[in-house]
Parts: sequence; C-alpha cells; structure tokens
Amino acid sequence: MAGFDRRLVSRFDWTLFALTLSIAGVGLICVLSASYAGPGHVIDPLVYRQLIWVAAGAAILMAAAVFDYRSLATYAYPFYAMTVVLLGVVEVSGHSTGGSRRWINLGFFKLEPSELAKIALALVLVRYLREEPPRGGWGIRQMIIPALLLAVPVGLVLKQPDLGTALILMLLFATMIFVGGLNWRVLVAVAMLTAMAAPLGWHYLKPYQKQRMVSFINPQSDPLGSGYHIIQSEIAIGSGGSYGKGFLKGTQARLNFLPEQTTDFIFSVFAEEFGFAGSVLLMALYAGLVGRGIWIARHARDRFGALLAVGLSAIVFWQVAINVGMASGVLPVVGIPLPMVSYGGSSLIIMMAAMGILISINTRRYMF
Amino acid sequence: MARRRAHRTTVRGTPKTELRIGTFSVLIALVLAVVTVRLYVLQVVRHKELAELADRNRIRIHRMPAPRGLVFDSMHRALVDARPSFDTVVVPEDMSKPNETIARLEGYLGVDDIADRLAQAQDDGRPPYDPVTVEEHLDWQQVVTLETHQLDLPGVSLQVTPDRHYIYGPVAAHLLGYVGEATETDLRHLAGYHMGDEIGKFGLERVFENDLRGEAGGQEVEVDSVGRRLRMLRDFPDHPGDSLILTVNLDVQQAAEQAIGNRAGALVAIDPNTGYILAMVSHPSFDPNVFATGVTPAAWHALTSDPTHPLENRVIQGTYAPGSTFKLVDTIAGMEERTLTPDTSYYCAGGIYYGGREYRCWRKQGHGHIALHRAIVESCDVFFYNAGERLGIDRLADWAHQLGLGFKSGIDLDNERAGVMPSSMWKENRFGERWYPAETLSVAIGQGYVAVTPMQMAQVVAQIANGGTRYKPQFVREVEGADGTPAQTYPPVILNQVTIDPTVLQVVRDAMCDVVNAPDGTGRTARLDNITVCGKTGTAQVVKEKQGARTSEKAEPANERDNGWFVAYAPSDNPKIVIACVIEHAGHGGSAAGPVVHDVMQKFFSIYPPSGMPRQQPAPTPRSTPPGSLAIR
Repeated sequence: MAGFDRRLVSRFDWTLFALTLSIAGVGLICVLSASYAGPGHVIDPLVYRQLIWVAAGAAILMAAAVFDYRSLATYAYPFYAMTVVLLGVVEVSGHSTGGSRRWINLGFFKLEPSELAKIALALVLVRYLREEPPRGGWGIRQMIIPALLLAVPVGLVLKQPDLGTALILMLLFATMIFVGGLNWRVLVAVAMLTAMAAPLGWHYLKPYQKQRMVSFINPQSDPLGSGYHIIQSEIAIGSGGSYGKGFLKGTQARLNFLPEQTTDFIFSVFAEEFGFAGSVLLMALYAGLVGRGIWIARHARDRFGALLAVGLSAIVFWQVAINVGMASGVLPVVGIPLPMVSYGGSSLIIMMAAMGILISINTRRYMF
Repeated sequence: MARRRAHRTTVRGTPKTELRIGTFSVLIALVLAVVTVRLYVLQVVRHKELAELADRNRIRIHRMPAPRGLVFDSMHRALVDARPSFDTVVVPEDMSKPNETIARLEGYLGVDDIADRLAQAQDDGRPPYDPVTVEEHLDWQQVVTLETHQLDLPGVSLQVTPDRHYIYGPVAAHLLGYVGEATETDLRHLAGYHMGDEIGKFGLERVFENDLRGEAGGQEVEVDSVGRRLRMLRDFPDHPGDSLILTVNLDVQQAAEQAIGNRAGALVAIDPNTGYILAMVSHPSFDPNVFATGVTPAAWHALTSDPTHPLENRVIQGTYAPGSTFKLVDTIAGMEERTLTPDTSYYCAGGIYYGGREYRCWRKQGHGHIALHRAIVESCDVFFYNAGERLGIDRLADWAHQLGLGFKSGIDLDNERAGVMPSSMWKENRFGERWYPAETLSVAIGQGYVAVTPMQMAQVVAQIANGGTRYKPQFVREVEGADGTPAQTYPPVILNQVTIDPTVLQVVRDAMCDVVNAPDGTGRTARLDNITVCGKTGTAQVVKEKQGARTSEKAEPANERDNGWFVAYAPSDNPKIVIACVIEHAGHGGSAAGPVVHDVMQKFFSIYPPSGMPRQQPAPTPRSTPPGSLAIR
C-alpha cells in the first residue's frame, strides 16, 4: 500500500458500519439493563467496560477495513497456529469461571481464545478452499486437511468445556465446505454420517450437558433444574408482549430468574423490556448485517474474498440463530454469546474486527 | 468482471459458488423466519398467559430430596434407616424486628452465629423471602424451647428433615460407609445434585449411591411479589431410593465384632460357594452417625490423625505378612509342580543355616524327622524353608497369583489394595536387583516381601474349600424398590477357575482338619464340638529386621508384637463358611485369632445348622479349650 487511496473513504461501506454500531448500541443498552440492580444503585462497572470495548472494537474495525484483506491469506496459517497455541495455554493455565477454563488473564483483559478460533478457522478454510474445486466438486480426500483443521480447535474447545463454541466451529465448517464446492454426493453422505454419529457423541457429553438436552426435549424430565431456566426465559420473553415493559422495567431479569443474563440469556432481558417490536427490530438489524455480508460475498472480486465474506457472515448468523433459538426455547441450552450484544470483550472486539474485514472486501471490489 | 464470468461458465457438474451462496441465503432467511415466528408466538400469542406468570411474581420451585434407600442384612433386618432431624429456618423478611428476634433466637439456642449466617445468605444474593437454615440438628431441649417461644419469634420455624441413621453405630461401619453433603466438586461433575444434597462418601453408601439416592421431588409454587406463597401449581412426587439387601448377617457380624473386642484387627467371613460376604469387621471402627449430622472439624481431625487408622477398612486395605497361613499356598504350588509329595520329609533341628545365616523354626527344640501332613499341622518352618527353596520363587509366585494373591479381590469398595506377591521379575522391576534364593525362604513362611489382605486370604481358603473357584466378593444380594419390589439381584460372579489336582486339595484339607482337631494341631482354639472346622494358624512378624531371630513375645513393645492369623472353613465335608481373621500385635494366631474364628463359626452354625442337624438356639457355649492352655501355634 503505497500512499493512502481516497477510494477507501469514498467507497467505505457505511451501511454495514451503521448496522454494526447499532447492534453494539443495543448491546450496551442490554448490558446496562441486565446488570441494573434497581433505582438508587450505581451503574455496574461492567457497563463501562463494555463501552470501552465498543470504542476499541470500532477502532479495530476501521483498521481492518483499511487493511487489504488479500494479505490475510498469507497470515491465515500463522494466525491459526497462534490460536491453537493459545487454546492450549488455556488448557494448561487458563482462568476458570463456573467450572470451565476459557480465559487467559492478561491483567487488563481476559482473552478468550475460543472467540479467536472462530475467525482463525474461517481464514484457514478459506485459504484452503480458495482454489477452484475440481470437476464435480471437492471429493472426500480433499476434505481430510480441512477436517483436521476443524478437529484440533474443536477438541481443545470441548475440553474447556465449551460446547457452544465447538458447535459454532462445526457449523462454520459445514457452511464453508458447502459453499466452497463440496461434491453433492459427499455432502449427502456426510450429512447422513453426522446424523448417525450424533447418538455416539451423546456418550461424550458431560452429565449437565446431557441433562440440558433431555430437559429440552422433555422439560418435565427436570422441571426443577435445567428445565427451569428454559421456562423462566420463555416467561421473560413472552411477558414483554408487543411493546415491552420498558427500559429497566423487566421484572424477570431484575429478580434474577434468568441464568447468565448478561451473556447467554441477554436476549431474554432485551425481549422482556422492548417486546416483540424490539425483538423484530433487533432481528432485522442482524438480518441486515448478515444479508449485507452475503451481498458482499456475491459481489466480491475474487473467490478468496467471496468465501471469506460467507464465513464471517455465517459466524454471525449461526450465533444469532442458536442464541435466540435457545432463549426462546426452540433449541437446547448451549452457551453462545449473542454477537456484539452479550457482555464480553473478546467476543465483541473480534466480531467488530470481522465486520471490518467485510468492509475491506466490499471496498476493494472497486480497487483492483 | 472477466473472472466472474469464468465462474459462471465452469464445467457442468462443478458446484457453482453463487448457487451455493444462494442456497445458504435461503437457509438463513428460513431460520430467521422460524425464530421470528417463535418470538411472535411467545410475545404476542402467548403474551397474556406468560405475562400473568411474570406479573404475579412467579413460580418458585421448592425442591425436596427423596428419602434415601435403606440397608438391610441378609435376613431383612434394617442396618441403616432415617431418623428425624430438626433444623431452625428463618425467613428474613418475615422477622418484624430482625435484630431483636435474632438476639432472642441466639439466646434460646445458646449459639452466637445466627446473625452471621443471615448476613452471609444476604451476601450470597439470597432474596429476603428465601428461607435460610440457621441451625441444624437441634437437640430436644432446643426444639422444646423454640416450640414454646414461637410467638416471640416471628419468621422463625422448625423444619424436619430425615437424617441418615446407622442403627448399630460402629458395627460394619467400613462396609456401610457414611454420607455427607455434596461438595462443590460433586456438584460440578454429577448431574442432578444441588447444594446441600446428601451424597454417599464412603463404603457402600458411595458405591451404591445411584441405587440409594432416588429422585428428588418438589413443588412448583406461585408466590406474590414479596415472595409469599399463593398456591401450589404442580407437585412433583419424589421417587424414594432403592434399598439394599446385603449378604451380611447381622448376628454373625455382631459376633465377630464382639469376639475381636477392642483389639485392632480384621475379619471377613464369606460363603465359599458364592463369594457372598457374611461378615466384614475392621477394628478399630468409627461411628458413621457422626458424619450424618455434619462432622465437626475436630472430630474429623481426630479420625484422620488417629495412629490406629480407624477409617481404614483393614479387610481390603490392610496388607499383612500372611505368616504360616501361606504354607497352604506352598503346599499347593509344591505338589502341583511335583517338588513336594505327601512323603517328602525333612529333618527339623529347630533351624537351618542357609547362605551363612540361621533360619529358625518357631519350635526351638525342632520337630525331628517331619513329613508334609505333620509339617502343616504343627506348622514346621524348617520343612517349608526346604520345600520353598526346592520349588523356587517364580513357581511359587505363579501359583500364588493364580489363587489371587497380589491382585485386588474385585470387591465393589473403593481404595482396595492389591498387596504384594513377589517374584524375581517383580524384584527386578521394583529394586533393579536379582532375587536371592535366601529370600525365598522368608516368603515360604509368609514373611519377607509378601503382603496380603484378609480378603485375599479368605479367597485362597475359599478356593481350597470349593475346589478352585474364585468368586468376586459381594456384599449386596439384592436391590429392592421402596415398595419392596425386587429391582436387581446380584448372582455370584466367577472371577477365575484354577485347576488344582483333587488329591492335592485333599492333602491340604486333611491337614487343615488336623490343625484344628488333632491333639498337636496349632489351631485347636477354633474347634467346635459338632462340626468339623478346618483351618490354619499364622503368626506374622511385624518388624522385618528381626526375621529369623525371634525374641520372646513378652519382651517386645506392643506395636512390634506379632500379628496373629487364623484362616478356616467349615464344615469339612460341605463347606458353608470361610473365615480369615487377623489380630494385630496379639501374638500367636492360634491363641489370638482362633477363639474369634470359633465364636463366629459357632454363631453362624447356630443360625444355619448344617443339613441333617437340628437347628439349635445359640447358647453361650464355653470354648472347648481355654486359650493359652495348649502348645498353640
């Protein structure tokens, strides 16, 4: 990059930028509400922390947008290797909360490498799949390396244990190889194998994870334990009604009926206070964001950019679908953050960086 | 644009990226639509119903743990049941003048930490309508005081919860084990446990936790905005835990506990035809009831730091030198390997010299010319030094291993130890040194490296009695539901079948018979009048350095005195019971452990008389020979 190209500004994707900031803004409102202890109480410090992260995220977004995404291909494998090492470090000396080791304590910031892993996996898969697939599409043999690239971080993440991130990595992988041009027959075979292997995977779940599955299929099986959270979350969302109870007026959240209400169940807090109108608005923002990402993919100048845009959009999409699906009781309880809304610096900053990369892909279609 | 056109014109059959992206977009749209519909259902269609639940400030779950299963002996007599425990419960917001009430309550109960407990609960984020247990396991005096002053104590109530009760206190404590409150680790790793739940910590309470526990029940209760109960919405009945029917007979168990008295030692009685445990005693014992009411740190410290290790189950965790009881193994191994016959004879002059050292027989004046049968009956050490030396350690170890020595018995209890049955390879691995033949001499009389648990010795004797079948030692015969319906049975499990020539077994059995019944036998203390008991004594040195140079028993300090062993089975023709007993630091096996075996056998046969004999009421029969009056060993 010799000198600053004016087109970086003139062709900047203000739509995507606005959508990103709006969602992050909703996130700030939600974190404030979820941590609100009642009138007369000071604002919880985690709101300020989230605010700082939004600012940092916006700066990183800008940097990523200016950066030429094509050079990411060069850094894909080193970045992936670094992420795997960090996941290993978590395993050895990670900071644990509530029974799972997920963080590396850097003093000023608790880094969650499993968030990095989502981007790292997307990059290496795109790097591998950017070649045109052979006639008939990618065969099973060419998928061995991508499968290994998936297996390493999934294995490490499952050990933490973090079923949610593992699930997102697997869905990302499925999306990438599908869009990347997997042979139809292989696709069908893999889908069937997965369906058959699912009962085997059951064996490896932790007891509490099994219990969540069982209480999802049949909430009556443990109405006192994990089924309780699903019921309470549904009550929170449903009691919001069409227009909500109003900002800071949610009773379900205030009375601590919701588990993990600043992270995994933050959507319930939002839906209770802003109702169906708010929910639809937030879903529309996400739909706009993901839709814009897909649009960028279809208009990208090269296959690398196209696939990368699909991957980044898929990460956002799957997290939204699973998080909201879980909070509203259509999916079993799995801990997954709502992108850019859930409290947490790693997730927020990395998602905003991903949005920056999307903008970079979009801007550069005018530049070469 | 040229590149993109190239995309479109790719060869037929190659997936088109645009088409795939399009498919994915459809999936995205569908999923988001489903989610939105779901939100519509919750927030618009079901709004009224859900808002009502939220508005009335909502559902509470009152969880009630299920009653734990009971434990019965083989005749269905309860060994473990429950008794009511009274706890003081406070609902903070129901106290009109909290400070006054708390001070009064502390005065009535004679404690001073109730204010702290309530402050702690508040710090933990417990809402004020949530009842807090401030004092558990009240005594009668406290219960009566609270009942009479109830009007002065708004917000304070009594709650009755079942406490685990071990009816016979320390009897069979190591087998029954104990319960305690689930720890944080338990809560993290086990599904369905909640803070404050009871969980088996030790013994069968731990191993059979899943059967005993049952499933908690509870009530879904609707409460108003300040937490007051409005009505019960749903009632979830609990499923009481299953009960265990043991193979242990309480009378036999108690007879054994009594016979051992306050000496340290262990006894296990098993049925040689099934492996079922009839009695299992480890002394010193402890009272598991102290754990049920929440063990105090001081009591716990006292138990764990006690030099006599009361928490250790000596039957499976105590490893002892088997002493002369090991000569049974020598005999089987020697005869099977054809280095020993009934006619083999050695001269015992009270000791032999080997490798420049003297190895002495327990009988200083010697046994003279002595053959196999008499060598077992009179427990001649010199005979077995020679027999062992001729056989060699590895063939001896092979047979000992086949009989189960050096391996865990397979009992369903935690922390069982395998003991040691040395071989030349074992020594090479362990110490990096070759085996010295002189060490075989020590092993042959059950000293040196060899270490066994009473459970293992019982298995060896059971195999002699039943012809070579090693059963898994089991103590639960049946699991039955709370309503008495059988849920599961535990039939005998064969672990191994060792092939021993019947003539070899006959030689060993005949000798064991004379150990107890012949005039010169070392085990006459275990003799019964009407039933032929077969056995073997053992006197195992505790301090290894003194091996081969025995000093007079009285001169030794108590903790260096010999451990006395007695292993036995009866009746001789159709064995029904096998006993292995060790009494620590009590001297000779015949005098220390023999009378214990005698008492247990007598009790057992008074309950289960051998066929063809009338059942007789157990009467305090005097021992056939007072201990110590014979040349016992």
